[in-house]
Amino acid sequence: MKLCCDNATAICDKGQYGEIKIWEKIKLGLHFLWCKKCRRYSKQNSILSKCYRNHQEFEKKKQCCLTDLEKECMDERIKENTIF
Amino acid sequence: MAREIKHFLNPDKWVELHSDYLFNYTISRISDRDLSKDLVQDTFFAGLNAMGNFKGKASERTWLIAILKRKIIDYYRKINSVKGKTEVKMNFYPDGEREGEWIEQRVPSDWNNEIDKNIENRELSVAIEKCINKLPDKYAIVFRMKTIQELETEQICKELDITSSNLWVIIHRARTQLRKCMEDNWFKN
Repeated sequence: MKLCCDNATAICDKGQYGEIKIWEKIKLGLHFLWCKKCRRYSKQNSILSKCYRNHQEFEKKKQCCLTDLEKECMDERIKENTIF
Repeated sequence: MAREIKHFLNPDKWVELHSDYLFNYTISRISDRDLSKDLVQDTFFAGLNAMGNFKGKASERTWLIAILKRKIIDYYRKINSVKGKTEVKMNFYPDGEREGEWIEQRVPSDWNNEIDKNIENRELSVAIEKCINKLPDKYAIVFRMKTIQELETEQICKELDITSSNLWVIIHRARTQLRKCMEDNWFKN
């Protein structure tokens, strides 16, 4: 029944995506009662999740689209391969 | 009963019609620009070779996406089998008397200045990006899909052909690793 810190923080990570079961939540709560390190981990985890959410827009902007030149190259290579 | 529409393939138009879609689909998962471009190109080549198998039941794009998904799984398997190199640093004792406890140097330290940090600025994003890029590729991909793209667990498992317990172990390792990296590079006084 007793959790080690590795397992406790694993549950904590899963919890950041809202995917833990009620009994996991209880076990985690019990662990937090005596473990200050994991309590701190959990608090920082929420802050980090917020940071990662803000990071989404930045990632999406960076990603978008092939350039016209890249498309041209791709198209040419397809045509080379269709001749035969 | 509705008559089924028969679809056709027209490779001359593939780049014009589908390349952006396929590319954005790939880069949102793989993140590396050149690699994503290569996977899309490979998808087109594989499509050309497999044109004879096209039955016309699915749309051209659906068919190309199915091929691309296969390419992504293959890529993931390939990097997954590369052992060692940039393995994640351990945060907990793997065995012995203290199994599962925090390793001293990895214990979260106090971020007493985090309240003053503006979490919406660009520098923070750069720091996050750097830390994610330090993860082994196989962890970075899963972490990005789950956290940045916010894809469903089930969908990720299907796309990468991994189990959900597999996924959660990876997320756990990625997040503990990232926490330490962010602590060292951003939150530390």
